[in-house]
Amino acid sequence: MNPTLAGFLQALALVAALALSHRPLGDYLAHTLTSAKHLRVERGVYRLIGVNGDSEQTWSSYLRSVLAFSAVSVLFLYAFLRLQNHLWLSLGFPAVKPATAWNTAASFVTNTNWQSYSGESAMGHLVQMAGLAVQNFLSAAVGIAVLAALIRGFRRNLTDRVGNFWVDLVRVTWRVLLPASVVLAIVFVAAGMVENLHAAAQVTTLSGGGQSIPGGPVASQEVIKELGTNGGGFYNANSAHPFENPNPLTNWLEVYLLLVISFSLPRTFGTMVGDHRQGYAIVAVMALFWVASAALLTYFEWQHSGTALQAAGAATEGKEVRFGIAGSALFASSTTLTSTGAVNAAHDSLTPLGGGVAVFDMMLGEIAPGGTGSGLYGMLVLAVVAVFVAGLMVGRTPEYLGKKLGGREIKFASLYILTTPAVVLIGTGVAMTFRSERAAILNSGPHGFSEVLYAFTSCANNNGSAFAGLTVTSTWWNTALGLVMLFGRLLPMVFVLALAGSLAQQHPVPVTAGTLPTHRPLFVGMLSGVVLIVVGLTYFPALALGPLAEGLH
Amino acid sequence: MSTHQANELYEPHRVSGGLLDPRQLLAAFPDAIRKLDPRVMVRHPVMFVVEVGSLLTTYSAIRHSSAFAWVITVWLWLTVVFANLAEAVAEGRGKAQAETLRRTRTEAVARRVVGDWRPGAVRPTEEEVPAAELRLGDHVVVEAGELIPGDGDVVEGAASVDESAITGESAPVIRESGGDRSAVTGGTRVLSDRIVVKITSKPGETFIDRMIALVEGAARQKTPNEIALNILLAALTIVFLLAVVTLQPMAAYAGAEQTIVVLVALLVALIPTTIGALLSAIGIAGMDRLVQRNVLAMSGRAVEAAGDVSTLLLDKTGTITFGNRQAAEFTPVGGTDVNLLADAAQLSSLADETPEGRSIVVLAKEKYGLRARAQHEIGHAQWIEFTAQTRMSGADLSEDGGSRQIRKGAAGSVVGWVEENGGQAGPEVAAVVEGISSAGGTPLVVAVHQSGEPARVLGVIHLKDVVKHGIRERFEDLRTMGIRTVMITGDNPLTARAIADEAGVDDFLAEATPEDKMALIRQEQGGGKLVAMTGDGTNDAPALAQADVGVAMNTGTSAAKEAGNMVDLDSNPTKLIEIVEIGKQLLITRGALTTFSIANDVAKYFAIIPAMFASVYPGLRHLNIMALHSPRSAITSAIVFNALIIVGLIPLALRGVRYKPSSASDLLRRNLTVYGAGGLVLPFVGIKLIDLVVQFIPGLH
Repeated sequence: MNPTLAGFLQALALVAALALSHRPLGDYLAHTLTSAKHLRVERGVYRLIGVNGDSEQTWSSYLRSVLAFSAVSVLFLYAFLRLQNHLWLSLGFPAVKPATAWNTAASFVTNTNWQSYSGESAMGHLVQMAGLAVQNFLSAAVGIAVLAALIRGFRRNLTDRVGNFWVDLVRVTWRVLLPASVVLAIVFVAAGMVENLHAAAQVTTLSGGGQSIPGGPVASQEVIKELGTNGGGFYNANSAHPFENPNPLTNWLEVYLLLVISFSLPRTFGTMVGDHRQGYAIVAVMALFWVASAALLTYFEWQHSGTALQAAGAATEGKEVRFGIAGSALFASSTTLTSTGAVNAAHDSLTPLGGGVAVFDMMLGEIAPGGTGSGLYGMLVLAVVAVFVAGLMVGRTPEYLGKKLGGREIKFASLYILTTPAVVLIGTGVAMTFRSERAAILNSGPHGFSEVLYAFTSCANNNGSAFAGLTVTSTWWNTALGLVMLFGRLLPMVFVLALAGSLAQQHPVPVTAGTLPTHRPLFVGMLSGVVLIVVGLTYFPALALGPLAEGLH
Repeated sequence: MSTHQANELYEPHRVSGGLLDPRQLLAAFPDAIRKLDPRVMVRHPVMFVVEVGSLLTTYSAIRHSSAFAWVITVWLWLTVVFANLAEAVAEGRGKAQAETLRRTRTEAVARRVVGDWRPGAVRPTEEEVPAAELRLGDHVVVEAGELIPGDGDVVEGAASVDESAITGESAPVIRESGGDRSAVTGGTRVLSDRIVVKITSKPGETFIDRMIALVEGAARQKTPNEIALNILLAALTIVFLLAVVTLQPMAAYAGAEQTIVVLVALLVALIPTTIGALLSAIGIAGMDRLVQRNVLAMSGRAVEAAGDVSTLLLDKTGTITFGNRQAAEFTPVGGTDVNLLADAAQLSSLADETPEGRSIVVLAKEKYGLRARAQHEIGHAQWIEFTAQTRMSGADLSEDGGSRQIRKGAAGSVVGWVEENGGQAGPEVAAVVEGISSAGGTPLVVAVHQSGEPARVLGVIHLKDVVKHGIRERFEDLRTMGIRTVMITGDNPLTARAIADEAGVDDFLAEATPEDKMALIRQEQGGGKLVAMTGDGTNDAPALAQADVGVAMNTGTSAAKEAGNMVDLDSNPTKLIEIVEIGKQLLITRGALTTFSIANDVAKYFAIIPAMFASVYPGLRHLNIMALHSPRSAITSAIVFNALIIVGLIPLALRGVRYKPSSASDLLRRNLTVYGAGGLVLPFVGIKLIDLVVQFIPGLH
């Protein structure tokens, strides 16, 4: 089969699989978030942590729970990393250095999974399993919990209650993420992934050289790495490592897993607000960006103009032969659009414009489809902005899903869309100002700048993939990027929950012929335009100095 | 309401304001300069940023003088001035109106009643005090030729009052104690008779005072939607500010450090200056469009609410039907020729000065070609005027060799008259009369008594409420806009249904009491709907206050005027529909220009970014898709376009975008095409055209 056709069929099978899971998974998530019944295990957990599973929280109380939970998680993970040499299964690795431990703790709690360490040469198995992997589950669940609160804000009227954070967190983890991970881990093991608690085996190769072959509980961690849009690899090479992603089938499955929850959540949204069409409109916008990005990235990787690349027929540098151009490009655009950040190829080696697409994907704010929960709440905030502008054009003060968008709502939405660009641009600007920090840049010229821009964009948007080339192990980079990840994750959550609270208090406005329809293609186009112009174009000057400067000849 | 007005209202129309006279721009110029005061500018965050940017470039141009720096500096200042100009022009129109009002507010002297005034008090003691010293609850006496010293209600007497000072309408109106026509406005003149007025407003807070404050914009506060939009614009401004500020270190790394002038130019081009400049002008112009229609909105909030209204409560009389019942049909009985009946009906009505009587004359003329004869044209005629006792009108005509008596009136009276004169009405008449009554109409019987013959009934005139021409289509429009219409009437349900069906309203409330009205409003609001209504009576006041948009008729009581949030000086209840349209148009204009402003950015990026960096990264020349002449000409063109588009859009901001009642989807499609797609394309064309000129200016190429 020729590679183009193979790539096309892979993508087509992906679309079909995502479409098939959209309804059942979306509805199951909606049921999980709305059901009145608690399972026995869940009741046990509530008793243990001392919460009443039947009471609900105001938005501010919900937010305090999110923040407190995140703070405790960061501290716990930090301590874990710092003390790993005293614990079991440390494989003899020393304690993680303070700056790296801080960066890693912030990274895994914020669902970013930016890694300024190499898994196989720094982390013991226990830290990987009980520290990092636990956060892979919980941070994914936190995103969905915050989303649930926002959807309730749209759905509910005249109340100050937006749900119970602990209930949402426990249910999503226990009823959705854990069972799926157990089942799929077995599939991954069957497909050839490793799953053991061995230390690295030292072997002598046929040529006489020494080689260290690492082991580890990889398959069990791999599922949640993708499913929870985390992306933190067990090994440094992430999904390019043969133990983490052995063949095209696991590669396809990984891409499917990292997309599936975020592409199903719009259904959850439609079900919870009682109008499936609203969910379809949102998923259409997400799909539009995903298809465009995947197509563009694949195109740029095929069409590279360098001499060596022409000879090879495509930009194969930094790509695994077993996945090919299509498998790598599809992975790259899916991982950058979902805040996953797992990689199966070196993004630094993507063509300049291909790398530009990857960084632009993240700049969109990780909303198409974005991280678990965070992608949809980001898209809904932009929908609020789009409705506000479009709603005026139909001659009414704007309303979305029966809720009026007044000063309060627009204030929170504006702060939301302001936060991430501010963090990215200020971070990049500061880094470029200090000569000493610029020393971390490997390449010169626009490519070097792209590396810095990519790092801040990735961290602020909680993606976690790296362009490589940039040495980020220094204390300055570890600290700065750790802060960037926390700001980029928690500040938007504050605004989303505040928005949820303000929406829930409202009296609903009935739908009439004079109401702006938010489920038609026209609105899909309008929302896409807002995403592109209001969010994407903000970065145009920065993009011009990086990928565009390098890629246009 | 006159027929003339009705026709004017119901023709397909476009909601619009007056045209912009270039002289207004000139006149507003000094105000625009005065508004450069940073303390004033800071209220408009977007333009404030532009002003600070202009200061920076001025400083930079002074230090490193170049033609390019000065051109950019001048155009940046012009951008700010143009924005102020838009606001000043909008305010200028109101100021002119306020001036006219102020001239009418004379320092009147009041004849205040000393001590407590009691109803029926004959010649109470009076003292003369300046109008400004009147307090709430004072009683004043006003006689023919005197100005009414303050707002109040007539508590004794009736008078004709010239209210042209506030309404512009020269025909005097009757104001009398009790009932719904008791309110008088300070500054208007009593033309006849003597009235006693109880003062209901404090000095300085009279209706005219408030009117002046409103049209002048002194009382103007930002409306909720304006505030929300300002927040969004401020956020966008901050994002772009960050993008530009952080661009400098990135550019320095690339070896292409930018000058202050270029960075400020990029910032101003990107932030939403178009809508930022025109936002307040749009709001003022919206209020102004209402004032031009003789409607005073007490707050901008009310105008915005008007756009959101989803239920209209419309009084049947005056809004849906003409104020009075009108002749609709002549039904002959006993084989009488219909022309004969029409002739008799007309003759018998010539002396009937009631609107009903006049409508009979008109119907005979329009339908049967019978010219309305003046009374003096017919000799030997004795006219019988309508009285409440006889309930008949008619004429006694002496003709060759005999006399003919014609009578027209209430069925019972005329049938009685026929029997008195030897005739018999017969069952046919009773059947027709019954039929008309049961359909909600009023039957008037026409009879003739020829000398020597017994009197006989010729036929029956069907008087009915006539639904205004074109109102059905209007309600159709409202329905497509998603607005439900509810007719309010005191009629019985049967009559109400007949009219409701004919007019095409969605629902009706028959035998409505003020309490029913109130309950209906509460019920609608309970479902999240916004309700608009008109009213004039004191008993309407609670409902007017409860409604989201309550339009009080100027002829109404001061309680009603106090309760509503708008006052219609023409007292024309149909205007409610126009008010809703103006509210919608205001919001659409805001949204359209916001979309336009944001869409403009795309072209500006393509003009400025390659200009900034193509020198170090030649590949970026590909982004110069407009093929602009040089970096300097490109940046200049973008800034010039950015400034000129503000001036170009001032007329649109003042007039409002075109608005045709249609569904939300249609409106969105149209406005998105015109202002969204247009906003994307127009700057590409505009910047290119400006560049074609600018490239020849020395120092810019």
